[in-house]
Amino acid sequence: MGRNNKSSNKEYDVVIVGSGAGGGMSAKILADAGLSVAVMEAGGDYDPAKEEYRTQLRMPWESPRRGAGTVRPFGDFDAAWGGWEIEGEPYTKINGTGFDWFRSRMLGGRTNHWGRISLRFGPKDFKRKDEDGLGDNWPIGYEDVKPYYDKVDKLIGVFGTNEGLENDPDGFFLPPPKPRLHELYIKKGGEKANIPVIPMRKSVLTRPVSSERGVCFYCSQCNRGCSAYADFSSGTCLVQPAMKSGNVDLYTLAMVREVTTNDQGLATGVSYVSKTDLQEYKIKAKTVVLGASACETARLLLNSKSSSHPNGLANGSGMVGRYLHDSTGAGRSAIIPSLTDRDRYNEDGVGGAHVYSPWWLDNKKQDFPRGYHLEFGGGLSMPSYGFGSGMDSMRQYITDEMGNPGQNGGYGIGLKRDIRKIYGSTIGVVGRGESVPQYDNYCEIDPNTVDKFGIPVLRFNYNWTDNEVRQAKHMQETFEEILTGMGGQLLDDKPGADSQYGLLTPGRIIHEVGTTRMGNDPSSSVLNKHSQAHDCKNLFVVDAGSFVSQADKNPTWTILALSWRTSDYIVDQLKRNNI
Amino acid sequence: MDRREHLKLLLAGSVGAGLFVSTSCSEADRAESEEIIAQNTYGRTPEEIDLNEKLNAETFFTGPERKAVEVLCDIIIPADDTSGSATDAGVPDFMEFMMKDVPSMQVPTRGGLMWLDNLSKKRFGKTFVAGTASKRLSVIDEIAWPEKAEPEVGYGVRFFNSMRNLTATGYFTSEMGLKDLGYLGNQPNVWDGVPDEILEKHGLAYDQKTLDECIKPEDRNRLAEWDEKGNLVS
Repeated sequence: MGRNNKSSNKEYDVVIVGSGAGGGMSAKILADAGLSVAVMEAGGDYDPAKEEYRTQLRMPWESPRRGAGTVRPFGDFDAAWGGWEIEGEPYTKINGTGFDWFRSRMLGGRTNHWGRISLRFGPKDFKRKDEDGLGDNWPIGYEDVKPYYDKVDKLIGVFGTNEGLENDPDGFFLPPPKPRLHELYIKKGGEKANIPVIPMRKSVLTRPVSSERGVCFYCSQCNRGCSAYADFSSGTCLVQPAMKSGNVDLYTLAMVREVTTNDQGLATGVSYVSKTDLQEYKIKAKTVVLGASACETARLLLNSKSSSHPNGLANGSGMVGRYLHDSTGAGRSAIIPSLTDRDRYNEDGVGGAHVYSPWWLDNKKQDFPRGYHLEFGGGLSMPSYGFGSGMDSMRQYITDEMGNPGQNGGYGIGLKRDIRKIYGSTIGVVGRGESVPQYDNYCEIDPNTVDKFGIPVLRFNYNWTDNEVRQAKHMQETFEEILTGMGGQLLDDKPGADSQYGLLTPGRIIHEVGTTRMGNDPSSSVLNKHSQAHDCKNLFVVDAGSFVSQADKNPTWTILALSWRTSDYIVDQLKRNNI
Repeated sequence: MDRREHLKLLLAGSVGAGLFVSTSCSEADRAESEEIIAQNTYGRTPEEIDLNEKLNAETFFTGPERKAVEVLCDIIIPADDTSGSATDAGVPDFMEFMMKDVPSMQVPTRGGLMWLDNLSKKRFGKTFVAGTASKRLSVIDEIAWPEKAEPEVGYGVRFFNSMRNLTATGYFTSEMGLKDLGYLGNQPNVWDGVPDEILEKHGLAYDQKTLDECIKPEDRNRLAEWDEKGNLVS
C-alpha cells in the first residue's frame, strides 16, 4: 500500500477526501471501474490485523487505566483515534448552544469503532414531509436506493431477519446470533409492554460473504477493530480491496485545506497540509469527491472561496452547513433481581446487542412527529473501568441467603460477595430517534479561530425543538415500561423536564447529517439527487451531508448505499464526458 | 533524535536501514524505543505511549498517603476463601495511576485522606494508619454506610464512596479479580446461545422462530448465497 505524503504531478481521475464509509465505498467502486483515484485521509494508517494496532482480545489490566475513557472517549481499548475533542483542532459554539463533534483521525474514520448497527431507511424515511408536513422530502425515494442497499448487504454482509415491516425493509441477511440471557428477559419485557423485540441488524459476519474476510469468533469487541475483518470497517472492507486494483494512491496524515477551482468555477483538485512536514501540497484531479464527514465537508466547502464561488464552493444557495441534525438519544437502566448471583458462562457474542426494537408506533397518534428505536445493553461483559462502582446505591438490591435486602455502602468480605452477585444483573435501554431538521441549526466558519494547521474552524449553533423534547419524554415512559415489565428495579431518578428528559447534547449520538443536503431546487439545496453539487458539476459529496433527513436509523448503511449510487453515476458521467 | 519522533517512525512501520542513515538514530536509541513499545503492547499511538510513560514516571501519593491507601483498599476488599486482597491484586498501583490520569481526583483524595486522619485524631488520638485495626474500623463504620452516617461526616461518606468505587474497579479488573468473578469471555469461541440448564433455571426457552432463524454453528464457514427475495439458499 502506498502511503506517500508528497506532492504529485499526476492528474487523477478522482480525488476523494476521507476514507470512512462514504469515501471508502467511493474508492472501491471508482477503482474497480478502472479510474485512477487518490484518497486523502487526515489521520494515520490503521489496520486492526496488525499487532501494533491491536486492542482486540486484550484483558482489562493491560491498560494502566483499566479501559477508562480518559484518552479514548469510548475507553482505552476502543479503536477510535480522536474523540469529541482533538488537541490543536478546536471548534466553537455560539448563542449558548451545544454541539459536540466527534472526529476519528485514522484510515477508515469512524467506521472503526461504530456499533455496526446497519439499518436501511424505509420508504417513509425519504418522504417525511408527506407524512407530517415538517421538513422536506428527499428528491429520491426508497426505490432509488433499494438496489444499492441490496448490493451493500451482499458485498459487506449484515445479519438480521426479514420481518416484512413496512418502514424497516427486508434485505439480504446473514443469520443472526441467538439472544443472550438478559436479551430473553428484554423480549419478555417487550411482550408485556407491546413493544416488538426482534433480531438486531449488524454488519458482522456470522457467515462468510467472500474468501477475503474471516467470520465472527464472538469476542463482543467490534468497537476495538476486528483482526479477522469479520465486521465492517471501511479500511478493511473497502479501502484495502480498492488498493489491490492498483488504481488507488492513499495519502495519510493529509489534512485537506480546500478544494481548488479554475476560472470556470470547476473543481481542479485539492490542496492539503501534510502532517509530517506541515508543508502544503496539491493534488490534481478531474473530479472531486468529498467524504470527509458531514461537518468536515461543509467546513471544506466554506473554506474554498474563489471569485466564482464567493460564499464558498457549491454554496450559491447559502445552504452549506444548514440543516445540521443528529439523532436524539436518551437512556435508563435497571437491575434485574432474578439476574443477580447468576451462573457464569461465556456470553460475549457479537459486539453489542443481539436484539433491538424498531419504531413500533404511529406518530399520528403521538404528540411528537418522528420515531425512535431501542437499543439494549447488559450481560456478563468484560469488567472494565467503572465495574463494581455504585455499591453505595445498588447494594440494597442484593439479597442475602435469607432473602433480606442488603444495606447500601459498606466494605469487606460482604461487599466483595455482593459485587460478584451483581455482575451481569443490570440492563440498560437507550432510545435513538429522528429529529426534525432545522434551518437554524447549522455550522459555519468561525471568523476568529483557526486550527493548528491554520485552517479556519467550524462554529456551531444548535438547539433541540419541542419535537425532540416530547420524543425524549416518551422515551422515558417507554424505558420504565419495558424495564419494569421484565422485573427490573429502576436505577437513578427519572430525568424530568429540567434536563429535557435526559435528551443528550446534539452530536453525542454521532449521527450528524444534512449540512450539504440534496434537493431538486438549487436555491434550497446544495446537491442534486445524485449528490452532485448544483453549482459545480465535477464535485460530489458521498458522506451524510447529503441527507435531507436522518431517520430513526443509524446512517452508515445509507451512506454506503448512496456513495455507491453516486460513484456509479460518476463513472457513467465520466464515460459520457459530461464532467 | 527526538524520542517521540523516533517512536512515531517505528510505529509507522517506516523504520529500516534508511532511518539509521538519514537520522542521528543510534542502535541504543532504537533498542530503547523498542523497549518502550514492548511495554505498551496494547495498540497505543505514539502520543498515547508518551502519555502513559509520562504518567508512570510521576509519583502522586506520598509515603504515608500510600500506606493509608493500602490500608483502606484492604478494608474495602480483603482476602477471603476465594481470592486475595486488593493490595494482593495491585490496586494501590492502579489508584496511583488514576490520580495522575484524572487530575480532578487528586484534591478530593488527598483531602479525604487528611480528613480521615483528622477524624481519627479526634476519635482516638492518632492518625488513621497509626490506630489499631478495631480503631480504624470504628471510624470507617462512621462513613461507610451512607444511609446511617451522621450529616457531619458527609464529606467522609463521599470520600469513602469514591475509595470504594476505585478499589472495587481496580480489584475486579485485575487478573485476580476476573478469576474471582468467574469471567469466561475474551477468547475465540462459537456462540450458540444460553446453555440449556441456565435457561431452565430462569424459566426461559428459545422459541421455534428464534431456533429456525439464528446461526447454526455448523453453517458458520459456508459462503452465504441468497435467492432474489433475500432468502438464504446455501
